[in-house]
Amino acid sequence: MNAFAMLAESWRAIIANRMRSFLTMLGMIIGVAAVVLMLAVGQGAQSAIDETISSMGSNLFIVLSGATTSGGQRMGLGTAPTLTMNDAAALAEVPNITAAAPVQPGTAATVYAGNNWSTSITGVTPDYLQVRNWAVASGFAFTDADVRGAARVALVGKTVADNLFGDENPVGKTMRIKQSPFTVVGVLEAKGQSLDGRDQDDVVLVPVTTAQRKLFGSQFPGSVRFIMVQANSAEAMPAVEKEMNVLLRSRHRIAEDADADFSVRNLSAMAEASASATRIMSYVLGAIASISLIVGGIGIMNIMLVSVTERTREIGIRIAIGARHRDILLQFLLEAVTISLIGCLIGVGLGIGGAWAVQKFAGFPVLVTPDIAVLAFSVAAGVGVFFGFYPARRAALMNPIDALRYQ
Amino acid sequence: MSNVIEVTQLGKDYATAAGAFAALKSVSLTIAQGEFVAIMGPSGSGKSTFMNLLGCLDYPSRGEYKLDGENVSLLSSDALAALRNRVIGFVFQGFNLLPRLNARDNVALPMLYRGAGSGERKQHADEMLAKVGLAGLGDRRPNQLSGGQQQRVAIARALANSPQLILADEPTGNLDSHTSDEVMGLFTELNHSGITVVLVTHESDIAKYAKRLVRFKDGEMVYDGHPEGGL
Repeated sequence: MNAFAMLAESWRAIIANRMRSFLTMLGMIIGVAAVVLMLAVGQGAQSAIDETISSMGSNLFIVLSGATTSGGQRMGLGTAPTLTMNDAAALAEVPNITAAAPVQPGTAATVYAGNNWSTSITGVTPDYLQVRNWAVASGFAFTDADVRGAARVALVGKTVADNLFGDENPVGKTMRIKQSPFTVVGVLEAKGQSLDGRDQDDVVLVPVTTAQRKLFGSQFPGSVRFIMVQANSAEAMPAVEKEMNVLLRSRHRIAEDADADFSVRNLSAMAEASASATRIMSYVLGAIASISLIVGGIGIMNIMLVSVTERTREIGIRIAIGARHRDILLQFLLEAVTISLIGCLIGVGLGIGGAWAVQKFAGFPVLVTPDIAVLAFSVAAGVGVFFGFYPARRAALMNPIDALRYQ
Repeated sequence: MSNVIEVTQLGKDYATAAGAFAALKSVSLTIAQGEFVAIMGPSGSGKSTFMNLLGCLDYPSRGEYKLDGENVSLLSSDALAALRNRVIGFVFQGFNLLPRLNARDNVALPMLYRGAGSGERKQHADEMLAKVGLAGLGDRRPNQLSGGQQQRVAIARALANSPQLILADEPTGNLDSHTSDEVMGLFTELNHSGITVVLVTHESDIAKYAKRLVRFKDGEMVYDGHPEGGL
């Protein structure tokens, strides 16, 4: 019996019981739509997190300076001037460290023409851009020479550029930070929100020396608030962390049993934890949704069993006039798979439509990749075969004499 | 003349609560190509069991059955299906047409299982319908046909794969006497064209159409000869 004729037979049986076939399909439709929607939402969240993490930079450590004690109150990490430019330079020499960027942040008002904008002014070295994986969209980054000379040059973030310069191209313009004039040498590429929701583009980068000497004068020249360190691979990170501790303790002459006056944090590990939480969430969503697929499959099995019983006589006739086991088996299996696949097709459509609606009306990031559809499709075919097999086998193994006698 | 059916000491037991029950004790019989045989007997005589065995729908408990020279007991159920498909045409009391299919598709069904292409199926099915006097009714569903017409469709289906043997189980049981005569006329015609016909009936009028009568009683053959002598 050829495949096309068999398909026509199955289709005829499905059409003959339209309402019943449709209700059975509905189980598959709902199951598949739920799986597609959940996976789309999960993947959307995943890709949003991934984007945020890659905007932070990869394999990152942050070395914070220690806490000061003021009138009996400890002021928190980063307040004591224990880290220096020289510490950063020494860290950069540690094996497997690609860059160590000293950072001196502050806040100041900026002015250009009639506009003013209060923003964070971050004193950095050119290494900072490499560590943060940050590109310059127009113009150029400042150089090590600018750092050595404490030049009054600035790189502005996208938000600052928009608020201060409007439609003008900021490159080459002179802006004022805390009254002093700075030449804008470049505009940073937009990065969007950080993991904790801060706008990373609301920033002005200036040479770290300029920040120390000309903007946020400190009684401890050469001190920095923190150092961002990038390792060359994720595998190297534990060893690098240990080496940094050893190096800084010896540079700061800290006795073996004393507390360190700095602290090293693994930023990438924190980001990885939040990414894996998202991944687990999307797996859980998918798993819950696939329960409805199984329920849909049981619906198919149920209706196929009814159908086989109802058509006992038909099966008897077919066997009597020459249908072999596999002819009957395939006929009923094909019927189950056809119901399942049509349901799946509609379900994928509904799921994608639903994902689109979620994005549009709930503002949730969703991502429909072709492999979601392929997965849903193959799962549905599998469900059809798995839940269709038992009824089909029951039909194929019928005794023709009993089947012909069945009323 | 070659033998289509060769039955030697054929028996069939059924398991019951009281132990094995021999529905068919020991029957030996040969039917040659071109014969027209009527099988009669009261219910429980074993004639239905015998027909099921002849139709290769069941395996015998004892003895040997050769259909078209093949020993049926040695064949797998798929090989039996292929043998039924090729050698036997079935006609049932209740017509047993598939209600969802039109007359043409019902007739084409055995060809479908033989593996014939769709063009051949359609053409040959229409030829068979014309042969049984139903030309032009191929698109009707069984419920749009009279009882006599339905039985003709069933006969056309039995003829679809040009079988050597037609097995008919009470083919006129659901028909009035006029239509019965028409259907029996058709069987006689087919028999004249060389097809072996074996039919089960309990009506003497129907059995008279046959050239040979076999009677069963209590699982045994009690008469085998000319219809006139056994009625």
